[in-house]
Amino acid sequence: MGYQLNFAPVWRDFDLLLSGLALGIGMALVAVLLVGNLIGLVAAFAMTSKSALLRRIAGIYVTTIRNLPIYFLMLVAFFVLPQQLGVRIDKVHAFVGTLSIYAGAYLTEVYRGALLALPKGLREAGLAIGLTESQTRIWIIIPVMVRNALPALSNNFISLFKDTSVAAAIAVPELTFYARQINNNTFRVIEVWSVCSLMYVAACYLIAAGLRFAERRLAIPH
Amino acid sequence: MDFTRFFSDLWIARFALAEGIGMTLVISGIAIILGTLLGIGVALSLVYGGKIQRFITRIFLEYVRGTPVFVLILACYYLLSGVIQLTPFQAGLIALTVFCSSHVGENLRGALLALPKGQTEAGKAIGLTFRQNFIYVLAPQALRQALPAWINTAAELVKASTLLAVIGVVELMLTTRQIIAIKPRPLEFYFVAGLIYFLICFSIERFGRAVERRIALPS
Repeated sequence: MGYQLNFAPVWRDFDLLLSGLALGIGMALVAVLLVGNLIGLVAAFAMTSKSALLRRIAGIYVTTIRNLPIYFLMLVAFFVLPQQLGVRIDKVHAFVGTLSIYAGAYLTEVYRGALLALPKGLREAGLAIGLTESQTRIWIIIPVMVRNALPALSNNFISLFKDTSVAAAIAVPELTFYARQINNNTFRVIEVWSVCSLMYVAACYLIAAGLRFAERRLAIPH
Repeated sequence: MDFTRFFSDLWIARFALAEGIGMTLVISGIAIILGTLLGIGVALSLVYGGKIQRFITRIFLEYVRGTPVFVLILACYYLLSGVIQLTPFQAGLIALTVFCSSHVGENLRGALLALPKGQTEAGKAIGLTFRQNFIYVLAPQALRQALPAWINTAAELVKASTLLAVIGVVELMLTTRQIIAIKPRPLEFYFVAGLIYFLICFSIERFGRAVERRIALPS
């Protein structure tokens, strides 16, 4: 085969690839760790609440989102909703919104599991020392529950970070988008896709290492 | 919203939609079968392979698991259609198969390694060869362990297959977009597509849970 490897065109645009990777990580941080986490916490409490209506709503949210492809949700958020509501949504905002709602459903399951695994005595102890129900929740239940849920949280974070590549399909300038652009401009097919996928692998590795470090630091000692 | 008009549009589009659903199911189905076979190979070589074989398989697995499935699809499409002429269907099928094999491989490896050592030893003690031991003792237990997660992988594949629309495989997602280009009712037709995806994935998930309850080892 007369194919000569030539990485020069890829290195020339390497800063673009790096900025794309940074955008992907940034979108994952905002959507998953910030908004998705919040949704997950609230929905997990709703799922375990006494009110049947709240349980119902949270249950429908989780089941619906978990059984829909993220590509579908993204297209709805970017093409259908703005048109129906008569507004313009920036594509990055549309994707971050999509990923937040998507991540929220997965994190709800994580937190629901963590919540159910907590010993009953924890809440009772909080109430016994005179904290109100919501104080107990904020100062006792959530810190313990989040620390217990950290390993599951990092797994989800990595898989949701990989989902940011889907944003390339609506031209969000992240890593996959730039890889495609370089691919189309230079036809350095092997080079650009090997570099792109290696960057994802490396990013996943680094994120995993960082999260494992955080897990060890924050784990509840036994 | 004019429902009768929408339903007449839906009726006109019924064959296209059916073909899209068919394509989604066919490509996911073939990918699951091929990916499972490849995944079994991956798991076996990770657990029983020699040092070099284990190392190479490990690299393959880590590489595929660290790469987003969308990048796998695009890479297969651009790479393979440049080297050997491949249709989008074939390129997409290869990408989904590789994706599936990484899930199945990791899952089965976990199941095999989770088996207590005593199982192998007991097999040896009653005089089974390694092959007999694997077929009659280890494999049935590992498969039982791995089955629920394997069914989940099927739902993952159906969801990942939507990305094939980008490389031009006319599955349900691309069909929906094509229909909307002719009959501009995005809200309604996206709703229909979402409903179909939901029903497919939801039934797979429910089926997985039922299987999980059915085959749970009594403890």
